[in-house]
Amino acid sequence: MIWLTWRQFRAAAAMMTAALAVLAAVLGLTGPGLADDYSTGIADCTTQSGGCSDFVQRFFQDHQDPFLAVTAVVLVLPALIGLFWGAPLITRELEAGTHRLVWNQSITRTRWLTVKLGLTGLAAVTVAGLGSLAVTWWSSPIDKAGAYDYPRIGPLLFATRGIVPIGYAAFAFALGVTVGMLLHRTLPAMAITLAVFLAVQIAMPLLVRPHLLAPTRSNVEITTSNLEGFGAPRNGLMQARAVAADTDAWLLSSHTVDASGHAVDTIPLSASSGPCSTSKLEPPFAACLAEIKRLGYRQQMTYQPASRFWPFQWYETGIYTALALGLAGFCFWRIRRRLS
Amino acid sequence: MTAVLQAQGLGKRYSRHWALTDCTLDIPAGRVVGLVGPNGAGKTTLLSLAVGMLAPTSGSIEVLGGRPGASPAQLAKVGFVAQGTPTYAGLSVTDHLRLGARLNPGWDDALARDRTGRLGLDPARRAGNLSGGQRAQLALTLGIAKRPELLILDEPVAALDPLARREFLQGLMEAVAEQELSVVLSSHLVADLERVCDYLIVLVDSRVRVAGEVEELLATHHRLTGPHRDPTRLPADQHLVAASHTDRQTTLIIRTDAPIHDPAWTVGQISLEDLVLAYMNKPTHTDTGRNDRPALEVQR
Repeated sequence: MIWLTWRQFRAAAAMMTAALAVLAAVLGLTGPGLADDYSTGIADCTTQSGGCSDFVQRFFQDHQDPFLAVTAVVLVLPALIGLFWGAPLITRELEAGTHRLVWNQSITRTRWLTVKLGLTGLAAVTVAGLGSLAVTWWSSPIDKAGAYDYPRIGPLLFATRGIVPIGYAAFAFALGVTVGMLLHRTLPAMAITLAVFLAVQIAMPLLVRPHLLAPTRSNVEITTSNLEGFGAPRNGLMQARAVAADTDAWLLSSHTVDASGHAVDTIPLSASSGPCSTSKLEPPFAACLAEIKRLGYRQQMTYQPASRFWPFQWYETGIYTALALGLAGFCFWRIRRRLS
Repeated sequence: MTAVLQAQGLGKRYSRHWALTDCTLDIPAGRVVGLVGPNGAGKTTLLSLAVGMLAPTSGSIEVLGGRPGASPAQLAKVGFVAQGTPTYAGLSVTDHLRLGARLNPGWDDALARDRTGRLGLDPARRAGNLSGGQRAQLALTLGIAKRPELLILDEPVAALDPLARREFLQGLMEAVAEQELSVVLSSHLVADLERVCDYLIVLVDSRVRVAGEVEELLATHHRLTGPHRDPTRLPADQHLVAASHTDRQTTLIIRTDAPIHDPAWTVGQISLEDLVLAYMNKPTHTDTGRNDRPALEVQR
């Protein structure tokens, strides 16, 4: 059975290996240079007066395109695995009728499914794991430089770094197989698999991940050091925002609140006169911030701190793996019950 | 002799539709059994139940003394050539033989190679590029070379041209002769089965209409021709199978174990094809009383 599974899978495996090899070669050739540039750049800028923010910003901007490209690769890889490895795994047999050939050799259906799911699933998680590993390694200097725009724990990088892509691939693969087993036809199975997988991938960062651990709340005074900026005046009134002390955090919500703790859109300070008038508004904004403080306005935020990156990775990988195993269990139950 | 297939009140329902109803069979070993019936009569359902591809809704079925498809040992004892003789289009002939060798502990590699060699199947050719007849032969080779005790074939020749049909059935009969196989094969054409079968099951509208040894069936079925008369007034030991009337003449197909004495009838032999057709025709309005129920089985 292992031979047959391999014989049926080898073309797809060869294609994926080739694609992965190209990716690995490109990343392997450019990665060390990238890491060097970053570390020498950082070493240089720390001795300079202006600090490193200019260098970091420029470094990120210079590499933003390849950074987004490799991130996209890891993002779509699990979906591709679900669509092209998962969904056709059983439907291809059902459509061609070959299940009636292979299920009448001297092995049980359960064994057949075990080997097929096991080997192809193993290949799926290996590919996702290697892809994520390569991209995580290659991109680490850019990730550091871009932490302000794309914090590592934020939705985009969280889903494309570390170990979660392994969980996603396992889930997408099992989902594809299950949907295929229910629908018996490849194309509809691929479409449904894609739709369900996308829905889960969107629901996860919106509805589940923020609550894996209780988010950190902070209620801070708006000061020069944490001021994000003043918004354009609206109705002649000022807007001001502060950022979290942990700049790499995944910000879930951020409001300006008045002295009694109610969220407000604007701070009732005139933009045309007084300490916050646009004409007087110049760094470090001390007078305006002092006035905001005097009126009792503060910034209230909830966020997931960057330090939770790895716990969240483990939790989420666990969740997806459990889903994948549940789906696989359903497949076994189904192939024993509803037979042909 | 032991039975290769025993069914008791076997039934299979797909949601609301019964594909097979109250099927009771006892097929002895060493026979070539023809399962014949119109399309949609439940032949594939019965055979799928026999190989364990389907589970029965009601009743029970035992094949070679075991539950179909229950274990690798049971699977090894039963060969199956499914409808349309499916093969892996992307795999070569050699790959198929290797598949058979890997998945069947009792695989007879010499037999498989000999058969494909004699048939002139190019070992490197992909199954998708073989002709329909060659593909059917490849599927048959897989079924035979696993050395089953019972080989089940579902409409194996339905898609083949007459020449390929004959070659396929010839190959099947050679294997039967060499290996002491029991065979069950289905077809909606009696002509396919006539030459090869010694046991016949007629399945119509999800019910077994008649089952028995071909010789016995031919010996107990007669065509009666005579002046027009009401077929319900036949003697109790004569079972009406089919009746047709013209203004003056009545033709009946009846089953009886006893000699026919009524001088009004001209008694004629019927061919297997006539017999099957008689059972396949749905009961007409002239069939009343006892003839509404399915005909009883003819046991050996």
